[in-house]
Amino acid sequence: MRVVADTGICQGHQLCQGEAPDVFGFDEDADVVVVLDEHPDESLRKDVTLAVKYCPAFALSIEED
Amino acid sequence: MTATSAGELLAAIPEVSTVLDDHDPSVPDIIQGTGHLPEMRVDPIALFQRVRDECGDIGRFRLADKDVVLVTGAEANEAFFRSPDEVLDQAAAYPFMTPIFGKGVVFDATPEERQQMLKNQALRGDMMRGHAQTIEAEIRRMVADWGDEGEIDLLDFFAELTIYTTSACLIGKPFREELDVRFAETYHQLERGTDAIAYVDAYADIDSFRDRDEAREKLVSLVQAIVDKRKARGTVPKEERDLLDVLISIDMSADYITGIFISMMFAGHHTSSGTASWAMIELLRHPDVMADVVAELDGLYAPDADGTAPEVSFQALRSIPVLEAALKETLRLHPPLIILMRLVREDFELLGHTIPAGTLIAASPKVSNRIEEDFPKAEEFDPGRYIDPRQEDLQNRWTWIPFGAGKHRCVGNAFAMMQMKAIFSVVLRDFTFEASQPLESYDDDTSKMVIQLARPAKVRYRRRQR
Repeated sequence: MRVVADTGICQGHQLCQGEAPDVFGFDEDADVVVVLDEHPDESLRKDVTLAVKYCPAFALSIEED
Repeated sequence: MTATSAGELLAAIPEVSTVLDDHDPSVPDIIQGTGHLPEMRVDPIALFQRVRDECGDIGRFRLADKDVVLVTGAEANEAFFRSPDEVLDQAAAYPFMTPIFGKGVVFDATPEERQQMLKNQALRGDMMRGHAQTIEAEIRRMVADWGDEGEIDLLDFFAELTIYTTSACLIGKPFREELDVRFAETYHQLERGTDAIAYVDAYADIDSFRDRDEAREKLVSLVQAIVDKRKARGTVPKEERDLLDVLISIDMSADYITGIFISMMFAGHHTSSGTASWAMIELLRHPDVMADVVAELDGLYAPDADGTAPEVSFQALRSIPVLEAALKETLRLHPPLIILMRLVREDFELLGHTIPAGTLIAASPKVSNRIEEDFPKAEEFDPGRYIDPRQEDLQNRWTWIPFGAGKHRCVGNAFAMMQMKAIFSVVLRDFTFEASQPLESYDDDTSKMVIQLARPAKVRYRRRQR
């Protein structure tokens, strides 16, 4: 899978970091998400899926490689 | 290329038909000859849907001297929601809000900055646990005197509950403790003052606006009384202070403070109240879904081997998939805001058209959420849409728009979903509900820009035997 973050609509709620801290980081200056691991291990799929589902800005998605 | 006038650019965008003659004797004098404004006051949903049906993804209707370009569909919605305030300005598009917040209340911040402030202060992720506890306690207070059975009006009940939850969470618990049903009723009267006649004159001499102004004055006097009490009491330790104490300490008037509080509570009040009401109505209309939700909640909150059960305030912040799907489907069919508007500040290119500066542009959650290609059998209440692999909300992030979309997507949506989950966790575990009136008789009153449930909207409850 490939993790995609749309920083044009991210509102900086940072909930994704709680769900999948190894995949999502935060750019304090720009107040938006940073994808730390674009191709996370399959074992993290459940966490990433929750992050995508509960992102309050709908700014995240998973694309299948 | 030759310069094209704004009028010519607009004329190239198809205009919707007229079904209510704007010179009809039934149309109030003040809005005679204002195009589609009379229809928008009577049946706005039919108007917006007709724009899509007749004109497609981009169409046009007229509100007095302003043209409104209404867009639907993923491509146009995305362009609409991605545009920054400098291009599409939301503050200038809602003239009916100015008298509600108060003419004197001017903010040093744009709506975007205010939204950011709200997110960074009252709606921070680490504050949600406390909010969830506050909300659970407020719901339990509301049902404490219910007895074993009785009847409530959904509008009265949820409008009062959400006054307490929004004031307690966004302003502070000491302030909330000063409020009672009078504040809720007066706030509701204020929300009723959002007649679309404001697009002609927001201060017109009509009943609805007189009621609005009277309601606002009543709220100011209620707040003034609270301010006087605080001043007589003197200063208290820092941990007992709330936002009201801070505003008093910088010498703000009660009128100004009231305006700030009204604006802070506005986005979270009628929206949450209406959604809770409609969720209850849809669950009553679909007993199979109600049974699934109740079974899910009973399972989640069942005590484990050593007798401990999760608290509502804990669980409301976590996944409750069946209830969440029912809430999302309620929001799709009954979005609290049926139209979102912006004022075009710079000529705006869209779907081969140029929308000239000065035009109003709009997106409609009510119409977009029911686009048949994106939501098969769009008129049907089907919570199964949100279960993997369908995920019709995430798959259609520019047309599933009960919270709007993009940079302006409702910053309170996680708070709102948590509140809904807490409400239904409490009421459905302790009570069963049944309709007091025919199920098809529950409806919205769409005569104002702020949509509210039409009265009566009564349901009966009975305490569950456990």
